[in-house]
Amino acid sequence: MYARPFDYAAPSSLEEALDLLSANPDAKVMSGGMSLLPMMKLRLLSPTLVIDIGRIPGLDEIVDQGDHIAIGALVTHAEVAASDLIAAQATALGQAAAWTGDAQVRNRGTLCGAVAHADLAADTPATTLALGATMVARSTRGEREIAAEEFFVDTLQSALEPDEILTEVRIPKRGGGSAYDKLGRRGGHTDYAVAGVAVWVADATGSDARVAVTGVGTKPQLATAVMDALGAGTPIEEAAARATEGMTVLEDLHGSEAYKAHLAAVFTGRAYAAARENAR
Amino acid sequence: MTETTSVLGGAVRRREDPALIRGTGKYTDDVNPTGTLHVAFVRSPFAKAKILSIDTTAAAEAAGVVAVYTAEDVRHLGPLPAQVPVRPRPLLADGQVAHAGEAVAMVVATDRYLAQDAAELVFVDYEDQAPVIDLKAAQAGDVKAHDDMDSNVIISWAGGPFGDEEAIAATRAGISAAKEREDAVVVSLEMTNQRLIPTAIEPRSVHAEWNAGYGEFRVHSSTQIAHALAGAIARVFGLANSAVHLTAPEVGGGFGAKLNIYPDEILTCFAARSLGRPVKFTETRREAAVSTIHGRGWVATATITGTRDGEILGYELEGVADMGAYTQNFTAAIPFLGLFIGSGQYTMPTYWKVDCVLTNTVVTDAYRGAGRPEAEYYLERIVDAYAREIGMDPADVRKKNYFDTFQDAISPIGFAMDTGDYAKNLDALLAFADYDGLKADRDRMRAEGRLVGIGLSSYVEVCGFGPSGLAELGFSWSEYNLPSSFNGSALLRVTPEGGATLSIGTGPSGQGHETTWAQIVNRETGIPLDRIRVLHGDTKDSPTGIGSFGSRSLAVDGAAAHEASQKVTAKASKIAAHLLEAAEEDIRFGDGAAHVAGSPDASVTWAEIAKAAYQPHLLPEGLEGSLEAHALFSPGNATWPFGSHIAMVEVDPDTGDVTLLRYIGMDDCGNVVNPMIVDGQLHGGAAQGIGQALHEHGIYDDMGNLLTTSLVDYLIPTAATLPAFELARTVTPTHVNPLGVKGIGEAGTIGSAQTIVNAVVDAVAHLGVRHIDMPLRPKRVWQAIQDAKGA
Repeated sequence: MYARPFDYAAPSSLEEALDLLSANPDAKVMSGGMSLLPMMKLRLLSPTLVIDIGRIPGLDEIVDQGDHIAIGALVTHAEVAASDLIAAQATALGQAAAWTGDAQVRNRGTLCGAVAHADLAADTPATTLALGATMVARSTRGEREIAAEEFFVDTLQSALEPDEILTEVRIPKRGGGSAYDKLGRRGGHTDYAVAGVAVWVADATGSDARVAVTGVGTKPQLATAVMDALGAGTPIEEAAARATEGMTVLEDLHGSEAYKAHLAAVFTGRAYAAARENAR
Repeated sequence: MTETTSVLGGAVRRREDPALIRGTGKYTDDVNPTGTLHVAFVRSPFAKAKILSIDTTAAAEAAGVVAVYTAEDVRHLGPLPAQVPVRPRPLLADGQVAHAGEAVAMVVATDRYLAQDAAELVFVDYEDQAPVIDLKAAQAGDVKAHDDMDSNVIISWAGGPFGDEEAIAATRAGISAAKEREDAVVVSLEMTNQRLIPTAIEPRSVHAEWNAGYGEFRVHSSTQIAHALAGAIARVFGLANSAVHLTAPEVGGGFGAKLNIYPDEILTCFAARSLGRPVKFTETRREAAVSTIHGRGWVATATITGTRDGEILGYELEGVADMGAYTQNFTAAIPFLGLFIGSGQYTMPTYWKVDCVLTNTVVTDAYRGAGRPEAEYYLERIVDAYAREIGMDPADVRKKNYFDTFQDAISPIGFAMDTGDYAKNLDALLAFADYDGLKADRDRMRAEGRLVGIGLSSYVEVCGFGPSGLAELGFSWSEYNLPSSFNGSALLRVTPEGGATLSIGTGPSGQGHETTWAQIVNRETGIPLDRIRVLHGDTKDSPTGIGSFGSRSLAVDGAAAHEASQKVTAKASKIAAHLLEAAEEDIRFGDGAAHVAGSPDASVTWAEIAKAAYQPHLLPEGLEGSLEAHALFSPGNATWPFGSHIAMVEVDPDTGDVTLLRYIGMDDCGNVVNPMIVDGQLHGGAAQGIGQALHEHGIYDDMGNLLTTSLVDYLIPTAATLPAFELARTVTPTHVNPLGVKGIGEAGTIGSAQTIVNAVVDAVAHLGVRHIDMPLRPKRVWQAIQDAKGA
């Protein structure tokens, strides 16, 4: 629990942070530090420089931009969970944020940090997939937008380039309804997801469903087989059984491949029903 | 429902809490004299390996490094002292490692980070060997934990009765005959009581200074046994006990894991003495998983032979218990503590045998309950399975086989139990829980298609060690330069202004001793609570002390505090009688003063009495100055608390997730001093039993890698996963101490794990599930349901 030596910088502007990051390819960007610091303390990760973006003004807001909700890089899980705007327009994200970690983690950890960390069992990334979010990445080279489905590349690997900072997550205001449900490691909604599923539907009949799973495979990902089946009119009971089709399901201490695939199907059904309810 | 007063005291708020809550309490890691050096250990990645060579050159030259030690440097100190040293451990692995995480080298540097950096530069050449991890494989013995051993089985504990081979054979023959009866029902289950990792909120920490001028160690350690640790250090370094001043300051949880002597405690002293500078070692959370003892780790088959109408004719338990790679303080004696209560609250003939095996894993030792949760788990699970088999209510089966109300009964295992009133306790629980109503609730929810179950379990436990005679059973403190007894020690001094200081032999780690002991002194002397200071966990304050473990503090040291208070009060009576010119037998104490019976106006305060005691010319002739007393208390027996618990659970049929709906307890620990503190002990105890039932599991792979070294993978219960406990009490005092109290620190743990498992099995039994091994994580419950469906 003692990190290797590293330098620390706390820039006061995004430009300064981007310059530092551009000049130090081994640097790591820190917002809440809830994932980065434990990895450093375990010496699993030893960046030469930590760039703490926590003091940069203007990144800590949730803003209604008309057609989308913009969530800044320093917005915490607790703030996401407490937002009326998110509860109304992106219910699944609010639920996932509320069920992330514990109160201390939610008070320090950030949505953008969790998304950039790309943990295979994190809650909120699955909801960004179901809600069709767009990630905004900045570097000294400029700004680009990355669709959620392009963002999660592999375990702990996102589409961010080494010189990019995730400055914002944009959740489109698509209407309809959404929901997230999971089984946590201590049961219920506690802890990391053994399996978690986020669903968005266009209306109470469940049209145009978008379904994303987390916890079971190498990364949070869209359950395209379920989405296709539902689109083709397959009943949810049957469609949900295809929740992990095409995915690599990983056995771990908390479940076998078969059990985790089964859980993905169970929570697909539950989240789908809840999303339809929320679309009323 | 719980009353807030008791015959002995009341729900006085814990005086410890302001410091602990506000962060002003001092822990060992807060001890930071100028120049303190820091320790990092190099630990083996292999479970079993020969050490071919160790190259410390690069580490020794690294920034900030002051010293690097290996076995060669410390071999002359001998192995780690232990009470039952069947296979004592070297202070640092010496040519051979026997478990992953065993310390191989020790780096001392000017700060903790640099020490850790340098530890990465120690190069160890290992030749890895096939380890033995699985318990049954260890029992079979094809692979040995240590190459020089003929068998991995180091001791077997058998009864009953304990220690009588002929009688044991007769018991076995009797049970065999019972199995042949026409009306015999035989119910048997093999069950695992899994390895647990004690998880105190404060990891262990030790700080040592050596004063070469005085020839004296000054040591702080996060330990439950200050005097024993000081004695062990004295013994290793050839010093008088008085040359080791050891303080256990605030200790943030122990649960038995700090009831031990650890190599790092001796090594930190060695480094401090060798280097002439203060040295500190604080384990990290992840390191604690391999540098502090584990608990439990049994596989056993429990069998009940009984009649169709609920009469139990015999109980057999045959199993194997995991000792880990070495024996530390009590390691090999832990299953013996289970044997003590092997027949539980019942009268049936009992055969009990547990083999203790060494494996290439972290050493096991006392963890909250220590052998007794295992014993009660097996017994109460199989009693439940038997009740289910014959279609009888589990409460009725239990009552039918209980001991009747007793004082000084001998258990089928052969041990004398102090007092018990088991049926009264269970009946009180059934009434308190509205058992019939609860069952009706369950049945109503089942009718809705929900999987709801009720689990019942009762327990007896043995604690409050205790009798000096325990030394004859092999428990001995002489390895630590202490008398071979379990005496309580209390030194009460009335201070010159009329307050009091109690120096006690216990070392609390959150139990509220300062409050409880002050209540005991206050009750006897009348000195106001806020004028009584309680000192503990320090070898300079208390002449001796065995420490806090085995739910012994109140029943032994608390009783000593009571007796010291009586002695002081007796002398104060003489002084007061003299000052008041009254007869000694008319003196009564209360409200901070001595009064004369029948003369309301005649009184003298403790301040006036103390003044006289410290100015001997004011004393009556023949009475010496000072007003203090030291009491050693040695009870005639341990105490045997008991109780009954009920849990109501719901299982999610789709996921296997278990939700705890209700948890109801009726415990009996004799008289109660502070009801709030007793409830708190039960809450924490039950939380740990529930943790074992539902979440906790120290998991090894086949190569001996511990897979659960962080709290991400080693799951402990949280406030959010526990229900509001519903607790009440019956009161059956003991006669083995003057307070009539029994221990309560472990009862919640001993009574709870099987209550939960019984409830979950009740919820899914109709699907064909007979048993599920702990922890009942969702995946296991779901799998059990699938397997039953497939069968």
